[in-house]
Amino acid sequence: MAIQLLVNGSEHRVDADPETNLLSALRDRLDLTGAKYGCGDGQCGACTVLVDGRAVRSCITPLGYAEGKRITTIEGLERNGRLHPVQDAFLETGAMQCAYCTSGMILSAVALLEKNPNPSGADIVRGMEGNICRCGSYPRIAAAIRLAASRQKGTAR
Amino acid sequence: MEPERYELRENPQYDFPMDRRDFVRSLGGGLLIIGLVTGLQAQESGRGRRGDQRMPEEMSAWLHIGADGVITVYTGKAEVGQNTRTSLMQAVAEELRTPVASIRLVMADTDRVPFDMGTFGSLSTPVMAPQLHRVGAAARDTLIGMASKQWGIERGALDVANGEVIEKGGSHRIRFGELTRGQELVRTVAHDAPVTPASEWKICGTPVPKVNGREMVTGQHKYSSDMSAPGMLYGKVLRPTAFGAKLVSVDARAAQSMPGVTFVRDADFLAVAAQDPLKAEKAVEAIQAEWKADPQPSSRELFAYLKANIAETQTIHSTGSIPDGMRLGEAALRETYHVAYIAHTPLEPRAALAQWEGDKLTVYTGSQRPFGVRSELAQAFHIPEERVRVIVPDTGAGYGGKHTGEAAIEAARIAKAAGKPVKVVWTREEEFTWAYARPAGIIEIASAVRNDGLLTAWEFHNYNSGAAGIRGIYIVPNERIEFHETKSPLRQGSYRALASTANHFARESHINELAHAVKMDPVEFRMKNLQDARQRAVIAAAAEKFGWGKMKSGCGIAAGFEKNGYVCSAAEVAVDRSTGKVRVVRVVTAFDCGAVVNPDGLKHQVEGAVIMGIGGALFESLEFADGRILNPHLRTYRVPRFSDVPELETVLIDRKDVPSAGAGESPIVAIAPAFAEAIFSATGVRLRSMPLAPNGVKT
Repeated sequence: MAIQLLVNGSEHRVDADPETNLLSALRDRLDLTGAKYGCGDGQCGACTVLVDGRAVRSCITPLGYAEGKRITTIEGLERNGRLHPVQDAFLETGAMQCAYCTSGMILSAVALLEKNPNPSGADIVRGMEGNICRCGSYPRIAAAIRLAASRQKGTAR
Repeated sequence: MEPERYELRENPQYDFPMDRRDFVRSLGGGLLIIGLVTGLQAQESGRGRRGDQRMPEEMSAWLHIGADGVITVYTGKAEVGQNTRTSLMQAVAEELRTPVASIRLVMADTDRVPFDMGTFGSLSTPVMAPQLHRVGAAARDTLIGMASKQWGIERGALDVANGEVIEKGGSHRIRFGELTRGQELVRTVAHDAPVTPASEWKICGTPVPKVNGREMVTGQHKYSSDMSAPGMLYGKVLRPTAFGAKLVSVDARAAQSMPGVTFVRDADFLAVAAQDPLKAEKAVEAIQAEWKADPQPSSRELFAYLKANIAETQTIHSTGSIPDGMRLGEAALRETYHVAYIAHTPLEPRAALAQWEGDKLTVYTGSQRPFGVRSELAQAFHIPEERVRVIVPDTGAGYGGKHTGEAAIEAARIAKAAGKPVKVVWTREEEFTWAYARPAGIIEIASAVRNDGLLTAWEFHNYNSGAAGIRGIYIVPNERIEFHETKSPLRQGSYRALASTANHFARESHINELAHAVKMDPVEFRMKNLQDARQRAVIAAAAEKFGWGKMKSGCGIAAGFEKNGYVCSAAEVAVDRSTGKVRVVRVVTAFDCGAVVNPDGLKHQVEGAVIMGIGGALFESLEFADGRILNPHLRTYRVPRFSDVPELETVLIDRKDVPSAGAGESPIVAIAPAFAEAIFSATGVRLRSMPLAPNGVKT
């Protein structure tokens, strides 16, 4: 079955079994491997991508659901060679160890800040609770989100 | 360092060194620094080796400076999130007085790097970093010699800076690449080559950011599981229904009739390859296989099983007489502690991409032991190691859990059958079920103490969990320490800090209990029985930062020594009176691992160890029955999340006068006993089993 996907601003035709999940289509068909497999049942957040601006777990998202919607992966966050403020903040705070969770963390954080540009510590915990960092970089990830929030204040995006 | 059986691995029997002249030509000339892989490195990595094989002495290339001035360094260590790529590059940059960014570090590629036993035991910093300091110093010395000859200026008047040799206070300067252009120079590094002392470090000792951070935040870095090759197929293994199950019968006709599916059977190994992962999954589901397994113990009866299945007892330490020590004491205590099996749960599961070209095999895989995996592959396919190349891209963590090459062997076996490159990525369920676990164990302690707080007797028995960190830090005149190896119902192996976590949990919990028995403050009690100045210093530092003694309830402290690092953790917990739920409010960790190489990376490792420690201390546990894991998903096996993270404070004691120790493991060891004490302080309930409170504390 052919499905049209709009990923990072480009149209892609993916000929796949309709049971294929979005994560596999991105990784195995489009070679967009920034989104990671971590658990396969939406528990760890490593596969997080944005669909129409909302953070979704692509490992449990059927391809059909994503058809015709705007999909943003970590590869599409950079604009004209400039990193997204959340990416910059992750770099500046060194918010990663093995970094396998990083793509999912960044996209979850982008979605969180879109909804709530000025999150409290508790808002960050609530918004990011579905993302696991097994290396335990949580304090730095939270610091990165606070840094990005402070930079984004007043900046229309 | 304690012997640790879970790090014992068979060595490759032989090695086939490449002709180094060919190697330097293949690099396009320039300056090549080589050295023997022997001495300290082999001793350290090979300690406790089975049998008495010596490491082959092999000349290996460590550093190359090409005509373009590019400095390439080679190491067999793997980056698994511990930031060793950055810290090792700092070592070379320090000696060559050149920016970190001017160096390329080739890691963990068995065709290109010197032999290395593996990335474990916190050895990268104490063993590999000094080696790379020596390599860098040898390169510096050679470059200065070359410039000295060219200019006719004595060596003492020259130095290196920013990728150039310069004349101190003079006008001569030349870039490294210009010096090495057209040369085919090979120099040997001496084992005792002088290196820059820590007190004079300019690049080491500073918070250099992760060198490939940008690739990480843009999703560009390719982990093993992200690799692909032209024509690649996706492999999937049909797992047995239980551990140790034997294949009775198989009917794979349905799978074989699926278009594009290759079915592989080799003895009890059943697998498929297909063009996409979903097809491979469906093909595996279509295989009808019958398995037969023997009855196996469950987690409910685990501890009785371990006690009933002792295979071998080792006396680790014995001094004085336990009966005498018990008589000399005025208070005695006998307690038993338990630890559960836990799973490493690296977020990147085991993965490999294997490709055969004729009888040469190349495998990309996430592993802490690239040369070990090469050895496993050579054995599995009965080919010489020289025909196997293992490449480990920077990996989605290991924590001691990726010492073996299962996915690599599986991918290679399927690729051999399919005649195409094959990638195998384990599912989370496979990772929980078919990887190895941190050993469970039982620890029994009998002790005695005088009313003035001096320990008189200490008898310590560890069943199964391991001997790492089994020797205490306290001075006891009558002591007996034994490790009892038992049969294990689950496959078990290394884990961050190995058994040191279990042994510290029991020992430090018991020390806290003894302090209460003689009505002494736990910090005062420790100081009374401790002599080591560095150990005392971390306890004093943690207590001071924490404000020990200022709060009445909910506070606990524990200390320890592991892999040449001294640690003390003080914790505050809050226990919900109605639900019993434990919330860790604050953890202060003081840590001394000698001269600090990268303060930011080190602090991050300490924080990571503390947070990982929270899981094992409070709620992680593998449940099993009849050869199956009962909680093989993140829904049922809980790991620490954002809401579990307390306020963290880290005190680093930077000892420029002491060699740097590795730091990724040690800071985990004092977490669980500090929590057990804090929970006791909050509720009066003494918990002696890890995990302490998977379902809260019953008060």
